[in-house]
Amino acid sequence: MDWSGNRGARQRNSMKRTGPRTEPNAYLWTMSSPPPAVEVSGASRSFGRRRAVDSVDLTVRSGDCVALFGPNGAGKTTLLRLIAGLIKPTKGTVRVGGHSLRDDAAMRARVGLISHQSMLYGALTARENVEFAAKLYGVPRPREAALRALERMQIAERAGAPVKSLSRGLQQRVSIARAVVHEPSVVLLDEPYTGLDTIGGGALTDMLMLLRSEGASLVLVTHNVDEGLAVASHAVVMIGGRIERRDDVADLDPRAYLADYRALASNADRSGRRPANPVSVSA
Amino acid sequence: MNELRPPGTLGAALLVARKDLAIEFRTRTAFLSALVFAVLALCIFYFAWDGSIVSPTELAPGVLWVVLAFSALLGLQRSFGIEEHDRGIDALLVSPVSRESIYVGKAIGNFVFLCAIQVVTMPALALFYNVRGGRPLLLVAGIVLLAVLGIVAVGTLFSAMAVNTRMAELLLPMLSLPFFVPVLMSGAQAATRVLQGRPVAEVAPLLKLLVAFDIVFLFACTVAFPYTLDE
Repeated sequence: MDWSGNRGARQRNSMKRTGPRTEPNAYLWTMSSPPPAVEVSGASRSFGRRRAVDSVDLTVRSGDCVALFGPNGAGKTTLLRLIAGLIKPTKGTVRVGGHSLRDDAAMRARVGLISHQSMLYGALTARENVEFAAKLYGVPRPREAALRALERMQIAERAGAPVKSLSRGLQQRVSIARAVVHEPSVVLLDEPYTGLDTIGGGALTDMLMLLRSEGASLVLVTHNVDEGLAVASHAVVMIGGRIERRDDVADLDPRAYLADYRALASNADRSGRRPANPVSVSA
Repeated sequence: MNELRPPGTLGAALLVARKDLAIEFRTRTAFLSALVFAVLALCIFYFAWDGSIVSPTELAPGVLWVVLAFSALLGLQRSFGIEEHDRGIDALLVSPVSRESIYVGKAIGNFVFLCAIQVVTMPALALFYNVRGGRPLLLVAGIVLLAVLGIVAVGTLFSAMAVNTRMAELLLPMLSLPFFVPVLMSGAQAATRVLQGRPVAEVAPLLKLLVAFDIVFLFACTVAFPYTLDE
């Protein structure tokens, strides 16, 4: 995770890491370093006259889990869709594994996307939906892989049920199984806990922890700070399309962070889009 | 991590087409709508026309192409509608398959869908309008296949363009019908001549026009399709 936000300095230096940690986790990359899992450089995205994402710099290293917090309309989902290659930035660049997802099919095969919309076909069964995804990604033995993924999300017993007959929470579990059936190394999650009950939420947290332990990088968009901090290694707060705060979760007191976050969000609410009094990095 | 071998363009297209047809087979909503529309239109035209002025046989080719154009629109509307409902299209776009293969897959699905409609419509047309069976009807079926290919090539592209708009049901016909005109004119003229018992050589230029339209628009729409998905 690049906390410095100073790409110029990063490019000028060839050290792997700064010596004294004057700033938390100020990583500097050499030319020979493997590319970060996700690198967003000066990315902006406008819809008409409204700038949803405004000059965002974000670097996610392999194995990191970055939780993106922010109030409604902060630009979190737009940033995630930029990273997924579903929309183009109007300015700046977005790279995953050093490549643009829009142009690199091999890199897309390493990415999984979970959205707050299920991205499933209601008329097909849970197994058929996941198997279809497995075939698109070229997973060997797609049917077995689909059943395995459903098993991991504890919904294998409903594998033969049409998705439209499942509750919102169960659909979300199928959607998660669909997104990870190909064992992606970068997983993008947009409000994945929406609609999940305790069992589903637990299964999702277990799966995210497993993916992290296997070296996958995660970008998690959520409103729920507690859930986000439970799985994330880094926390980022977005307000009005900009990143307002970046923290290393290991250095955080969750209760103090939550209080700071609420103050930041309510400041932003009162003053329109931007916070009147941005909170400084506490770590 | 598994060693992934994503399918090529044709493989992915067949996967998309199979998925679309499986959904249609389960729901049958668009198929039944298009089929009922086609049969009703055949009936209404039959009873609305004065048989003593225009014989049913002379009326048949015109009715066939009107029914074909509008039942095609019903099917094409559904093509990207099923992707839009829960943003299934996003899952396709982030997968390693090319955008061109999504278009080709959708077009194959639409082609099969429209052919299935015609399998019912053509015998119904022969029955209502006293069209001779055998060779003339087979020739007309061949002309219809060529026309369906052109309609699907253009209609699939416009279906993708229209689906994200507020008035998709209105926009799709408005965009598509002007492009259908060359197909409908050539097809209707060729079908009329075949049903009148004229020699096949006389319809050859019209068939060439249909083939040229199919080739040009299949290629052009495949190339243009990826840009229609950008927000």
